[in-house]
Amino acid sequence: MVSAAPERIDVDVLVIGGGPAGLAAAARCAKLGLSTMIVEVGDRLGGIPLQCVHPGFGIHYFGEDLTGTEFIERLIDRVEELGVPYLTRAYVTELIYLDVDRKLARVLAPGRAIEIEAKAIIYAAGARERHVYEINIVGDRPSGIYTAGEAQAMMDLYGLMPGRKVLIVGSGDVGLIMARRFALEGAEVVGVVEIMPWPGGLTRNVVQCLQDFGIPLLLSHAVIAVKGRERVEAAIVAEVDKNLKPVPGTEREIPCDTIVIAAGLVPNTELLERLGVAMDPATAGPRVNELLETSVPGVFAAGNALAINDLVDNVAEQGELAAEGARIFIENSGIPTARWIPVARGKGIRLVVPQLVSGERRVKLLARVSKPFRRACVEIRELGIRTCRPRLMPAEMVSIEISPGSIPRDVEKLTLEVVEHG
Amino acid sequence: MGRLRVAIVGAGIVGCAIARELSRYENLDVVVIEREPDVGWGATKANTGIVHPGHEEDPDQHPLRARLCVEGNRLWREWARELDIPIKFPGELMLFFSEEERKRAQRFVELAKRNGVPEVRIVDGEELRVLEPAASPRAIGAVWAPTAGVVNPIQAAIAMIENAVDNGARLLVETEVKRVRVESGKVVGVETSRGFIEADIVINAAGINADEISASAGIDTFRIWPRKGQYVVFDRLAQPKPTRVLHTVPTPITKGVYAVTTTEGNLMIGPTAEDLPPDRKRDTSTTREGVEYVLREGSKLLERIPPRRLVIKTFAGLRPEPTTRDFVVEAYQKPWGLINAAGTRSPGLTAAPAIAKLVAKLIAEELGVELVEKRGWRRFRRGIERVRDAPWPKLVELVKRDPMYGWIICRDEMVSAAEVIEAVKRIQRIGARVTLDGVRFRTWLGMGRCQGSFCRVATAMLLSKVLGVKPFEITLRGKGSEYAVGDVKALWRERLGERRT
Ligand SMILES: Cc1cc2nc3c(=O)[nH]c(=O)nc-3n(C[C@H](O)[C@H](O)[C@H](O)COP(=O)(O)OP(=O)(O)OC[C@H]3O[C@@H](n4cnc5c(N)ncnc54)[C@H](O)[C@@H]3O)c2cc1C
Ligand SMILES: Cc1cc2nc3c(=O)[nH]c(=O)nc-3n(C[C@H](O)[C@H](O)[C@H](O)COP(=O)(O)OP(=O)(O)OC[C@H]3O[C@@H](n4cnc5c(N)ncnc54)[C@H](O)[C@@H]3O)c2cc1C
Repeated sequence: MVSAAPERIDVDVLVIGGGPAGLAAAARCAKLGLSTMIVEVGDRLGGIPLQCVHPGFGIHYFGEDLTGTEFIERLIDRVEELGVPYLTRAYVTELIYLDVDRKLARVLAPGRAIEIEAKAIIYAAGARERHVYEINIVGDRPSGIYTAGEAQAMMDLYGLMPGRKVLIVGSGDVGLIMARRFALEGAEVVGVVEIMPWPGGLTRNVVQCLQDFGIPLLLSHAVIAVKGRERVEAAIVAEVDKNLKPVPGTEREIPCDTIVIAAGLVPNTELLERLGVAMDPATAGPRVNELLETSVPGVFAAGNALAINDLVDNVAEQGELAAEGARIFIENSGIPTARWIPVARGKGIRLVVPQLVSGERRVKLLARVSKPFRRACVEIRELGIRTCRPRLMPAEMVSIEISPGSIPRDVEKLTLEVVEHG
Repeated sequence: MGRLRVAIVGAGIVGCAIARELSRYENLDVVVIEREPDVGWGATKANTGIVHPGHEEDPDQHPLRARLCVEGNRLWREWARELDIPIKFPGELMLFFSEEERKRAQRFVELAKRNGVPEVRIVDGEELRVLEPAASPRAIGAVWAPTAGVVNPIQAAIAMIENAVDNGARLLVETEVKRVRVESGKVVGVETSRGFIEADIVINAAGINADEISASAGIDTFRIWPRKGQYVVFDRLAQPKPTRVLHTVPTPITKGVYAVTTTEGNLMIGPTAEDLPPDRKRDTSTTREGVEYVLREGSKLLERIPPRRLVIKTFAGLRPEPTTRDFVVEAYQKPWGLINAAGTRSPGLTAAPAIAKLVAKLIAEELGVELVEKRGWRRFRRGIERVRDAPWPKLVELVKRDPMYGWIICRDEMVSAAEVIEAVKRIQRIGARVTLDGVRFRTWLGMGRCQGSFCRVATAMLLSKVLGVKPFEITLRGKGSEYAVGDVKALWRERLGERRT
């Protein structure tokens, strides 16, 4: 028998994932004169914004408030105009580190098995959603339980109505937007259940998505169980105490036929993990330096695969930064840097990216606080640099910039922390 | 006598094994009757999946269980090879943590001797850690039973029924047996939700409902109650993943908890043992207490347990516990033609191939039917070729052969469209109904860390295309569990119409 041989492609940069991060990265790589290829597992380029028919995209990046679909069309057009080759329905099954400037990706696509060798890789595979089993919901396992993204894809990509009487779990922006999305389609949204004492999403969204539609928001409540044989019949909801534990005796049944889980996203990191990339438990993504390079030389990460971003604008920016990193890496067979200074999480900080800085380049740290603060600042203790806000919310990332040359020689680590003044 | 019509009630692992075994014989015309849309959805899809060695079965208290377990363990090796069933034989370590437990554990070494289970012995702490580095450092030793295996139980049932159908047996799904009809002391058939089905021999393999089926034929010698077992499954990348099956020492009250690495490569911990009243034979709900219990017990077995956030699935199954404690595998003269394959609590999965052989023997010896071997009986069946398990050169070849192998639908478990389409064909070939769950169990699609949040809608769309039905008519597991309620815009127009009128 003649054994079949795989196809073979060589590029400077392989971009894994064709969402906002990957598209922005690929476009910038092409502009920098690097030969680039995008591998996207979905039916077409675009990622999550393809299924977002609401506005709120691109205010910073394009200076215009666009819908998700409008936003992503612009990025796709840019990539098409630059003639960046891409594969869709193409899946990277395996990444192999050959040596510093050679990485091999094994890719399957309909009718094709391809080996792509690249000098650098930009990993932009987005995030997955936390699902019913991860958030400690027990009980029955009938039809009628969806993640927000699945429900959104059903409605806005395939025209399928998931259900009629809907309970939403989680009040982040995704949950709020989905509540409105269901209401607009004529479903009865019986409530949004939030385990924390504050809403997870922007105040603007609480008003526009819930209050305007008369949808109740149950704070400090959790869905603890599902009831129903074939189809969801009810959710069992309980109040939670300060430690987020259900308070016995407060359980009640909320009749519904659909439960939508909007309990947050987790970076999609399986390929990186299998490659042996060092992970940060705080972001659940890879640890990266200021050029978004992971612990494996020449492998970069951007967008939701790096850390969950609330704004697509930051995601696109990260894509471009990773492209810049790839260029520097390819030119020098590595990132020339005297030393890497770790950025530690201090009081009130849940996560920060990047986790390593050199002090030689301009860096924008993105951080999330662990709980809401009023009249507070996020400060880099060792440098005395701060960003202050009337309200700091976990839902909104805070950015803080470090200019080149501003880190004194004797500083061995930076600590980001919340300082209250009030 | 000409060909005998044999009706098997229930397509769990026991019913499917019996169907496969009886499909060897020329003079038996076998039909398997199942109330669910597909096979294996009772206890068979929700258990620990262990092929037990047989050293925990007391032959004084339940001789049949002891004998069929040991024999079943032997038979699985042959059946799994012939039917291409995912299986491995890593051996089992029953860990003990005190001298008192060591004494109790010693009993299993003695039971092993009596039951003829080979090579069971006590190992000390040092050897334990060589055998299983992931075992808890607090364990002072273990009972080592090298013949223990781990099987994918639902895929095993599927393999058996595919092979049985390939050899002429038939499967009727979504057909509930109401009662066995007996006339002048002989079985004449079964009354079902779809009407009467004639049969000369009725084999009762109805799992949790086997007591009712038996009673309807006049054999009212046992009752079955549900004993729930809950589990947690961890992400495939979660560590540690023990090589061996790990088990706590059973007490008179609990059977102990297992930590196993499944055939698909996930750490799984469980089960609980919760007796339910007889009227809760469909209650497979999980509870917080249950989940916490197995996590707590599991953490005793392992050096450390992965964090709670890496749990990707919780589920529960119901053991069919008989009042006899022992399996009930018997043929009757009155009514002639009834055979019970009942009381199939643990280790019923292990025993299934042996139960099937015993049933054939009962037909021959107790019912006096001379069994005639089929010429050209097909011994072998192949599983679906999987992207996930294939090395790269094999993938290159698969994609060349069938382009659909290159289209990955489920990212976590690396399931391709080719596998989904093949699963649909196979479901149709055995005469079952195509459901999302049926595809899931055959391909392992949506069983990974995202639990279908990416791939379920794509799969539903693909199924709707392959089957030529509307996507919202695709069900999770049969009628009433439709994936969606309708077309967004059509429903919207409907409501608009309502408002106008
Ligand atoms: C309901 C909802 C509402 C939102 N609303 C807003 C908003 O109003 N404003 C805003 O700014 N942001 C919003 N966002 C966030 C925004 O959509 C994300 O920040 C952005 O999509 C992240 O981009 P990404 O490129 O990192 O990931 P994604 O968009 O997820 O793209 C990742 C891509 O990688 C592909 N991929 C994954 N694995 C592989 C692999 N192994 N091989 C190849 N390809 C792979 C995926 O198919 C996908 O196309 C919203 C998100 C949701 C879910
Ligand atoms: C928690 C748990 C852990 C276990 N662990 C192990 C283990 O590790 N090793 C081991 O060997 N065993 C184990 N077992 C036992 C094993 O799972 C069972 O012994 C085995 O699955 C029983 O198979 P069955 O075919 O008899 O029953 P089932 O799989 O329940 O099949 C019975 C079938 O009959 C159908 N049916 C019922 N009533 C009717 C009707 N009226 N008409 C038509 N169809 C009907 C049902 O739908 C079902 O499909 C465990 C069981 C549980 C629950």
